[in-house]
Amino acid sequence: MSDLIRQSAATLAAAIASRETSAVEVTQVHLDRIAAVDDKVHAFLHLTGDSALAQAKSIDARIASGEQLGPLAGVPLALKDVLAMKGEPTTAGSRILEGWRPPYDSTVVQRLRAADIVILGKTNMDEFAMGSSTEHSAYGPTHNPWDLDRIPGGSGGGSAAALAAFEAPLAIGTDTGGSIRQPASVTGTVGVKPTYGGVSRYGQIALASSLDQPGPCARSVLDTALLHAVIAGHDPMDSTSINAPVPDVVGAAQRGDVRGMRIGVVKELGGDGYQAGVAQRYTEALNLLQDLGAEIVEVSCPHMEYALGAYYLILPSEASSNLARFDGMRYGLRAGDDGSNSVEQVMAITREAGFGPEVKRRIILGTYALSSGYYDAYYAQAQRVRTLITRDFNAAFEKVDVLASPTAPTTAFKLGEKLNDPIAMYLNDVATIPVNLAGICAMSLPVGLAPEDGLPVGFQFMAPAMADDRLYLAGGALEAALVDKWGHLLIEEAPSL
Amino acid sequence: MSISRADVAHLGKLARLELTEAELDHYAGQLDVILQSVARISEVTADHIPPMSHPIPMVNVFRDDVVKPSLSRDEALSGAPSAQDDRFRVPRILDEE
Repeated sequence: MSDLIRQSAATLAAAIASRETSAVEVTQVHLDRIAAVDDKVHAFLHLTGDSALAQAKSIDARIASGEQLGPLAGVPLALKDVLAMKGEPTTAGSRILEGWRPPYDSTVVQRLRAADIVILGKTNMDEFAMGSSTEHSAYGPTHNPWDLDRIPGGSGGGSAAALAAFEAPLAIGTDTGGSIRQPASVTGTVGVKPTYGGVSRYGQIALASSLDQPGPCARSVLDTALLHAVIAGHDPMDSTSINAPVPDVVGAAQRGDVRGMRIGVVKELGGDGYQAGVAQRYTEALNLLQDLGAEIVEVSCPHMEYALGAYYLILPSEASSNLARFDGMRYGLRAGDDGSNSVEQVMAITREAGFGPEVKRRIILGTYALSSGYYDAYYAQAQRVRTLITRDFNAAFEKVDVLASPTAPTTAFKLGEKLNDPIAMYLNDVATIPVNLAGICAMSLPVGLAPEDGLPVGFQFMAPAMADDRLYLAGGALEAALVDKWGHLLIEEAPSL
Repeated sequence: MSISRADVAHLGKLARLELTEAELDHYAGQLDVILQSVARISEVTADHIPPMSHPIPMVNVFRDDVVKPSLSRDEALSGAPSAQDDRFRVPRILDEE
C-alpha cells in the first residue's frame, strides 16, 4: 500500500503545493487503490479517472508556473452520486436514472472544481438516499472496510467506505436524517451535517427538501473543516441558502479547545437500546472531555422521543412530492412505451420498473400521510412535533454550548440483518434525526472500538444553527486527546484489505 | 389507523405506481406496522403549536427580469428517453375512445 493513500488531505495538499509530490501521482495512487480493493468494497458506482488525471496534470502545471492555489488543491475526493456532475452518470443509486448524464454541475461540484479538488468518481448510496445501510442501492450494497460482511451505514455508505478503505482522503455526503453521520460512525471516519442552508442544495437530487443537507466527510476533523470551508456559503441558486458569513471552521478545528465549554448530554438520546460497547466508549469520551476542561451538564429534550415518528411522516411526504418528477418523460428510464399504453400508464409502468422497494414504500406512505382526511393527523401533527423539538433544542442551547450523544445506537450490523424489518432499520437514526428536523448542525467522530466486536463507535456533537465552528472546536479537542492516547487516528487500525 | 390492501392499491394509483399483487400484500403488512409505530406522535397535545414546515424562515426570492444564459435546447433534451423535432416525445395523451 502506498504511503500517500494514508496521508491526510492537509498533508497531501502541502506536499503537492511544495512539489514534493504531484497531483498526478496522488490521483494515480488513489485510482490504483480503487482498482485493487473496490471489487471487495464497492464504494464507487462510476469512476472519472481520465478527467481526474487531466485535471491533476493541469494543477501540477499551474503550481510549476508559480501559481498559488487553494488549501486543498490537487487532493482527490469521492462524490456521492446524488449530486449532479456535468457529463458524468448521476443515478442517486436508482435504476430510474441509470445512464443519465446531467447537463450542469451542482453548486457543490462547481465549488470543488473552483478549489482544484480532484473528483475521482461517484459513490454508492441507498436509492434516493433512503436508507441506513446502503443495501437499498439498485446497484448492490457497499461493504464496510472494517468487516466486509457488515454494512457501511447509509445512505452515504459509499462515501464513508471510500474514506475507510483509503480510496480517497475526502468525500462528499448528504444528510437528511443522518446519512453523513451514521456512515461516519460505523466506518471510523468524521462526517459533518452543516447547518441547514449552510451548503447549497442546488443540483442535489432532492429527497426531502426541508431536511436534505450536503456536507463534508474525511478521516480527521481538520480535513473535514478544510472541505467544509470549500463547499459552504451563500448561493443565489438555492432559495434556502443562508446569506451570512460561514463561521471559521478551519480555525476552530486547528484550535481544538473545550476549556470552559458547557457540553449538554441529552438524556433522551442515551440509555436504553444502546449497545454496551457504544455506551462505554461514549461515556469514556465524555470523561475525557471533562478532563480537558469541559463542564458536562445533563439536559432534557422531552419531545425527542417523538422525533422518529415525525421524521418518518415528514420525509415520505416530501419525498412523494419530489419523486413525482421521475415519470419517464424528460429524463431517465421510460418503460411500457410500445404504442399500446397511454402516457399515464407509461408513467406508472416506468415508476414501477425504476424504483426499488424502499422508495415505493416511502412514496406510498407519503401519499397516504398527505391525503385528504389524514393530513392533519399525520403530516400537520408531525410538523407541530417538529416545532416542539426545535424549541427543546433552543432551550437546551440556552444552557450549554454544544450537545452530545452517541451517533448511532450500535456499531455496524451485518449485511441483510435488518433488510426486512424497516422499523429496526429506521431506529438506527434515532440520535441523528432530531438535528435535521431542527435544521441545526452536527458532527460524528470516532471515539474507539466497541470491545465486544472491535468495530468503530461514533460520538455526536450538536450545535446551534450557524454555529458550525463549535463542532470543530469540540471535535478538534476530543480528536487530539484521543490521538495522544492511541498514538494515531483510529482509522489507522482499519484492516489493510 | 390501519392500512388495507385496497388502500395500498388506491395509493399506488394516486402515486402512479403500477404495483404487483405480491407488492400489495407485502406493503399492506409493512405499512400497517410503520403507521402504528409513527402514530405515537398523536400522543403529543400540540393543537396550539404552530406547524414548522421548514427550519429557516422562507421568503420568496426574486431576481431582476433579465434574460440570462440557460441550458441550450440540445442540453435540455440530452437526457430525454425520446425526442423528436427538437422536442420531448411523450406517449399518446388521449385514450383511443
